[in-house]
Amino acid sequence: MQEQVTVSGERGVIGRSLDWITTRFGKKPTDLVFRGITLLLVFIVIATVIGVAAVLVVYSWPTITTFGLSFLTNQAFDPVHNKYGVAPAIFGTLYTSLFAMFFAIPIGLLAAIFVVDFCPRPLRIPLAFFTDLLAAIPSVIIGLFGFLLLAPWLQQTGEPWLQQHLGFLPFFQGQIQGVGMLAAGIVLTIMVLPLIIAVSREVMLTVPTAQREAMLALGATRWEVIRYAVLPFSRVGILGGVILALGRALGETMAVTMVIGNQASKPSLSLFQTGYTLSSVIANQFGEATPGIFLSAVIEAGLIVFIITLITNILARLLINSMQSRGAKGVRV
Amino acid sequence: MSATVSERDSSAPNPFQPPQSARGIQRQFSNGCLVVLATLFALLAVGVLIYLLFILNGIRYINLDFFLNLPTPNGEPGGGMGPAIQGTIILVGLASLFGIPLGIFTAIYLSEFGRGRLANVVRSLVDLLTGVPTIIFGLFAWVIIVVPQQTFSGFAGGVALGIIMIPIVARTTEDVLHLVPREQREASLALGATEARTTLRVVIPAALSGIVTGIVLAMARVAGETAPLLMTAFGTTFRNSGIFQPMDALTLRVYNFTLSPYQLQVNQAYAGAFVLILLILITSFTVRWFTGGFRRRF
Repeated sequence: MQEQVTVSGERGVIGRSLDWITTRFGKKPTDLVFRGITLLLVFIVIATVIGVAAVLVVYSWPTITTFGLSFLTNQAFDPVHNKYGVAPAIFGTLYTSLFAMFFAIPIGLLAAIFVVDFCPRPLRIPLAFFTDLLAAIPSVIIGLFGFLLLAPWLQQTGEPWLQQHLGFLPFFQGQIQGVGMLAAGIVLTIMVLPLIIAVSREVMLTVPTAQREAMLALGATRWEVIRYAVLPFSRVGILGGVILALGRALGETMAVTMVIGNQASKPSLSLFQTGYTLSSVIANQFGEATPGIFLSAVIEAGLIVFIITLITNILARLLINSMQSRGAKGVRV
Repeated sequence: MSATVSERDSSAPNPFQPPQSARGIQRQFSNGCLVVLATLFALLAVGVLIYLLFILNGIRYINLDFFLNLPTPNGEPGGGMGPAIQGTIILVGLASLFGIPLGIFTAIYLSEFGRGRLANVVRSLVDLLTGVPTIIFGLFAWVIIVVPQQTFSGFAGGVALGIIMIPIVARTTEDVLHLVPREQREASLALGATEARTTLRVVIPAALSGIVTGIVLAMARVAGETAPLLMTAFGTTFRNSGIFQPMDALTLRVYNFTLSPYQLQVNQAYAGAFVLILLILITSFTVRWFTGGFRRRF
């Protein structure tokens, strides 16, 4: 009994200082420690992101100062003459990505419309699951498919056929090699398709049912419902998804590296030409890069990819977030 | 009144059915086109997946040697991917060591304490991390670990993969923490529990299955990463000799053997790809099964 009074009545030095902390900061000491640990780890995450950007800038500084903007326009990536430029890589990156978007947007959008509007209910969930699964396949496996199955097929069947029947177009001229822009574009299409399907699906599911029903009640066909009620409502979100997919395509490394040929050819519109992309330059040249300006050039290629994907991602998130603020909750991609 | 209605009924069988017109036929036609195209493209997307899953069957080349043996030089028979499988397990373990605590605590911060500008900054950074090509994290780990150590190492690979895990874990965890009802937190605080105790003993256990789901997905995702390992773990055809030495990984071996001129090595690449796909399938199915994700998504 006596002891209990002592404990609750007057606490020891430690107890009193803990009490002082509690009143001083308005929080219990354990909470302060817990918050401190949490904040510390959060700051490590922030520092990592800043560190990645800083490292890229610092290590590519030699090329930035040596070549300046001509790094973006120089044709050669030539360690022998110490002349570096990523113009062909930028062209390859944009060309393959635009090819992929050209096919992935209509296919993905229509597939999403099918999943949301036409699909028999019991099939809807397996279909969504399947497309999500496609997104989870490691890129090296898509690359294996591209290199061992797609490229030989293109060389023997696909590209000769295209050249024979559509050879008058600038896209289908030049030497047939199997690997090249066409193979890379197809591989990228496969890789961004699930992303476009997933985002469009989620966005279109947020269209209020009343809006569809009002349209149907006016006697609209299903296409008209989608055209005039669903698409206008989800336009911004779908655009966000498309830009997100574009960012993915621009930065994709392994699958593209394995099928694009990694050789610069004379710049032309031909889909049969080999080439390289910014990321494939990193993946390929890194092993051979000697310290100094060569390495710095490889890392500046990384810096450019980083900046491009950063811009596309910020844009995409702004668009998707503006969807959310319009009441379409639960879209987070 | 009733006479007019019956009169109209007799003249036209269904007053709500508009007469067929060129415009009406055109509308029906475009509608039909859309249905057909949408179905076709959905089938195409699924077809590609099924093709990748089943035509690409590397199961023919899988045997016990594949899981135990070292790769043989120049594609002599009997080689395997033992070190590669071991390496992938070690790399994912190392990555989890960095990625899981950072991811979970970031999520706790965002969901429990994060208010105002700093929280918004952290949330945007986490979102941006998911969009950065993974090879960039490989470059980062190369600069901060491989260069000072002057050797490629599994440790550097683990760090690169760990950074990739952070946003995946953080986002799934934050989402499930938001699902825990506020009343549950308030009840715990009202009983006199501290904030720390409330978070660790009430909120986290309530959200545990979701958190585990996020972790498993993140682990499966980094197990399939190749690009950041090219310049960090690098790969080896010998036994793995510690985390500060070059380390092999399943994805690296598949990459190298796919480009190999020897048919036996190409076969091994197929087998490795099969194991990777199996891994993805198993994790996806179990995650969906356990979280009831099949129902919740729609």
